[in-house]
Amino acid sequence: MMSRPGVLFALLGIAGLFLPLVHLRPNRIVPGEGITLTAGFATGPLIAVGLAAILIAGCLGRWSPGLRTAAALLGLVGVISSLGLAAGHLLPKGNGLARVAPASGFWLLLAAFAFMLADGLTRLRPSVAASWLILAGVLVLAAALLGSGMLDQVSVMREYATRRGPFLAETQTHLALAFGSLGLALAVGLPLGVAIYLTARARGPVLTVLNIVQTIPSLALFGIMIPLLGWIATLPGADRLGVSGIGSFPALIALFLYALLPVVSNTLSGLQGVPLPVREAALGLGMTRGQLLAQVLIPLALPSLLAAVRIVLVQNIGLAVIAGLIGGGGFGTFVFQGLNQTAMDLVLLGALPTIALALLAGIVMDLLLGMSRGAQA
Amino acid sequence: MIELRHLTRVYAGVPVVDDVSLNVPEGEITALVGTSGSGKTTLLRMINRLVEPTTGQVLIGGQDVAGQPVHLLRRRIGYVIQGVGLFPHHSVARNIATVPRLLGWPPAQIGARVDELLQLFQLDPATFRNRMPHQLSGGQAQRVGVARALAARPDLLLLDEPFGALDAIGRARAQADLRGVQRQLGTTMILVTHDINEAVQLGDRIAVMDHGRILQHDRPERILTDPATPFVQALIGPGERAFHLLSLSAVLGMTQPGQAQGPAIPREASLRDALAECLWSGRDALPVEGGGIVTLAALRAHARQAPE
Repeated sequence: MMSRPGVLFALLGIAGLFLPLVHLRPNRIVPGEGITLTAGFATGPLIAVGLAAILIAGCLGRWSPGLRTAAALLGLVGVISSLGLAAGHLLPKGNGLARVAPASGFWLLLAAFAFMLADGLTRLRPSVAASWLILAGVLVLAAALLGSGMLDQVSVMREYATRRGPFLAETQTHLALAFGSLGLALAVGLPLGVAIYLTARARGPVLTVLNIVQTIPSLALFGIMIPLLGWIATLPGADRLGVSGIGSFPALIALFLYALLPVVSNTLSGLQGVPLPVREAALGLGMTRGQLLAQVLIPLALPSLLAAVRIVLVQNIGLAVIAGLIGGGGFGTFVFQGLNQTAMDLVLLGALPTIALALLAGIVMDLLLGMSRGAQA
Repeated sequence: MIELRHLTRVYAGVPVVDDVSLNVPEGEITALVGTSGSGKTTLLRMINRLVEPTTGQVLIGGQDVAGQPVHLLRRRIGYVIQGVGLFPHHSVARNIATVPRLLGWPPAQIGARVDELLQLFQLDPATFRNRMPHQLSGGQAQRVGVARALAARPDLLLLDEPFGALDAIGRARAQADLRGVQRQLGTTMILVTHDINEAVQLGDRIAVMDHGRILQHDRPERILTDPATPFVQALIGPGERAFHLLSLSAVLGMTQPGQAQGPAIPREASLRDALAECLWSGRDALPVEGGGIVTLAALRAHARQAPE
């Protein structure tokens, strides 16, 4: 028996082995020459054979999910280490300008093993506790790879090395934007969702307005914030509250507005999902409205609320990149600087952590969601 | 005593309950029976104020319920509904403990009360205390629902089609359980049902409703033998009334001295059971356990219209 996804991953990965693993460029802007894994460094061919073996063995249907997962992880470590080894080997000593950047072969191999990992995990169906352990293990592995210094010669890490301070500051800003807007949206959206659940007449108008906000393109919404908040900032006392037309504040407001619809509509649908007899029984037994909400409706709507948190978190971690355009900070700062300078390594310095963060938030929220559903089954 | 005085509820100009007055005696089961849309559920829900009357009064123990904070009123009245409505995120014990918790009973007392009720409904506390509602069968969930309604020892229990979702066997068992619990606790109960059979089985009194009005309120045998209107007669069903009537009395009260052949019938069996046994075994008389006989002639005499 063949594993069909395994065949697809193998084709993807083996194509990656024949394409250049890295680009060697004289400096960070000009195009360079592509170098494959086999030509990259002394042990390259050996690693290439190992990776190919994993990919081909992955085609076999007999492999247990556990073995598949472990092999995929090994493959990922192999691909990422190769990048580091190639960079260390190819970079001329004492040349601060030359860059070794990941190329198409690297991305294809990375994708092949990432898909294989996802496939293995799906088949493994680990318990929630085991999932947490696996996640922690992968994070430790990632931290070890980054901390080992093995990747320090790779272009993105060279960009990072010269921007350590700003990178940490922008990470903080990015997190503050994503989580701050989520916090605001929960603080406003939860009561609003409960309110429109209780008064059916307000439901249509509120959801319509939030729907319209949601359809405004992000760039436009961020743009509108500048004159709008700029005007509000001129009002007496506004500046003391941190209101300004440019910077993180308008970005925070825009992200908050985007987050509002998922929070409000999921609160509403979660509450509406509570079976009518349950509501009736709670009232009939003598719960006050507050007790009905706190003891019955909100706990039963919790999975729906957590789903909203997941949507908002992943959405806003991604959208917060746009904040870079209006001087709001965050990883977007590197992305747009990089685009302006046509320095793709700098773009990656902003894009890669954004992707990693969104992925991590999504996985963590999925696990929490699984726990909340398990708790009330 | 529960007294309903000229209760009316109007929805969009149409009276759903129309000037209903009713006295519900203490310690009895009153069955409100009628077709769907007859206003019986609305009438029931006006007693615990889930529906506010347009006009009229509900008095419990002489006190108008309108003057009391609604959540405090409801904590003193048990309420069981068709869908049961157990809280899916709470264990069986926590469900039963709902009203005692709202009333702030000490935890030890709540725990003891929960176990007492589980035993009363023949659910082993050690097995069922920590089960979640989705792990219960329909009949078990229904019993937990009644136990929850009785937890804080209410003087009055309202039941709205409580057995509607159960199959025939589960329903018979649940009805017998409810009857037994009512005999044991002496709780006043008002039961809404569309099933005349259930009303006859459980009701000490039956109130027949149609178009928001009470057509007849009386003991079951009077309703069966002397229906007040053609509607009441139709609801009973002419083909069934003799059997309903026989099902109301036990063999015990009909026993006469004598000898009869064949196996004996238990004293607490209903006259309906005795008739069925006579017909099935082709006998004219059955011996009764503990002595005496019941005759087919006596059964025939019992199962007929009241003399004019």
